[in-house]
Amino acid sequence: MSPRLALCAIVLLAIVGGAVAIAWGRSGPERPHWEGHGIKPPDKDFPLPEIVSGYWFRTKETQAIQDDDFNNPGFFAVEQGEELWSKPDGAAGKSCASCHQDAATSMKGVGAAMPKWREALHKPVNLEQQINICRTERMQAEPWKFGSAELTAMTTYVRFQSRGMPVRVRIDGPMAPWFERGKQLYHTRNGQLDLACASCHEKNYGRNLRADFLSQGQSNGFPVYRLRDQRLVPLHERMEGCIFDVRGIPYAPLSDEFLALELYLAWRGTGLPVETPAVRN
Amino acid sequence: MKALGCVVGLAAAVVSPAASQAAPPLPPFSVVVKDGVATIPAPLTSEPGDPKAGATVVVDRQLGNCLSCHEIDVLRGEEFHGDVGPPLNGVAKRWDTATLRMIVVNPKKVFGEDTVMPAFYRVDGLNRVRPEFVGKPILTAQQVEDVVAFLAALK
Ligand code: HEC
Ligand code: HEC
Repeated sequence: MSPRLALCAIVLLAIVGGAVAIAWGRSGPERPHWEGHGIKPPDKDFPLPEIVSGYWFRTKETQAIQDDDFNNPGFFAVEQGEELWSKPDGAAGKSCASCHQDAATSMKGVGAAMPKWREALHKPVNLEQQINICRTERMQAEPWKFGSAELTAMTTYVRFQSRGMPVRVRIDGPMAPWFERGKQLYHTRNGQLDLACASCHEKNYGRNLRADFLSQGQSNGFPVYRLRDQRLVPLHERMEGCIFDVRGIPYAPLSDEFLALELYLAWRGTGLPVETPAVRN
Repeated sequence: MKALGCVVGLAAAVVSPAASQAAPPLPPFSVVVKDGVATIPAPLTSEPGDPKAGATVVVDRQLGNCLSCHEIDVLRGEEFHGDVGPPLNGVAKRWDTATLRMIVVNPKKVFGEDTVMPAFYRVDGLNRVRPEFVGKPILTAQQVEDVVAFLAALK
């Protein structure tokens, strides 16, 4: 473990330097070349001319950390999730493995298709919610708190089983109103600065917002490892941050609003490969 | 917004207590439409704007933070100029002072509803504003005047 940690530290330093260097705007050193790295939208009415992973908006140094599984600090969560997978918990004395056996087969593709409709609940659920449903209903264990190391690690581990698979969510049938709600929220301005998700991630990706190089705000890499925070950040925490930063009141993690937004974001990333655990500055 | 929520049966998710935030209005100022463009000819305060103080407001991340979206060559001493909006070099040649004041106060009146530039002197028509900012414009009237004086010198 320790040479790996040392390597991480070195690359981390390189990154911070890199991030400072790219943020100079038009007049400064080169910005990431994200153009041409996108995939084609599924139809001509799609809101984006090409669909580009957040990966291509980060520096070469950050990309290199994500590319190397031995260096990517997000893999600590994958390992932790793997341990928890077969660890019994709760009154039923079961682990995830008791019902789902080998995650590499049973969970393949699951994370690429979330959120999914759950007829019994009459609503869609995302990965975090499904994990907690299994814990409470099948394992008779306490649900893990949003943002806890355990829930984020398990979410990362399960999503990792879909790495490289294209994101594809259903937005038809009972999902349709949730999709419409997500689309509406995406275009609703928030906060004292009066900005919507679309203001930054649809109208202005590929531009600098002071020190930040704006991406399309895609969700295919989540949970992502943030070098600045030195931990994994789940999608709903990232969205909270974006609304907080415009001096708005964020919705609660795992709220219906963020669930609708998560569905809409996944659709905006249709066809992007799952990159969990991605690395961000 | 409420109508849609009810139609799709997500009413509980839609009506939030924070959505309607009554704020006392700002002191009045007059908007004059000149050649089809909204302007504010009269200063918002009796104290004339100070371009030096204006530069500080333009840079400060908690105040104007104009550099997050605009490049301004006279402020090259500062790191990180964004390019979400156009560079502001020579902006006083493109707009007169009355229009610059309108742009800072509420750019939607000049550029249209779709602009992403925030209104720096406005408290109404906003959604889910954090409590500590409710009823407060981003800049005070005096800070607006200082910024306008700074812009008016960018010839
Ligand atoms: C004021 C600008 C701004 C607004 C408004 C905004 N964001 Fe962001 N967002 C950012 C910045 C800056 C980043 C970090 C750099 C990047 O990836 O764009 C970011 C990152 C993200 C990411 C992570 C992307 C990745 O690949 O790591 C997601 C997802 C995201 N935003 C979603 C949203 C959603 C959903 C909303 C609205 C609820 C929103 N953003 C509103 C500025 C904004
Ligand atoms: C979040 C982005 C953003 C911020 C912050 C911002 N602006 Fe702007 N600004 C824009 C955009 C975008 C335009 C171009 C008009 C349009 O297309 O909507 C613009 C246009 C302008 C113009 C007209 C420029 C020209 O050449 O016609 C002026 C003047 C201006 N802004 C001043 C300011 C000042 C002063 C501040 C800070 C107090 C500020 N802006 C903050 C985005 C921003």
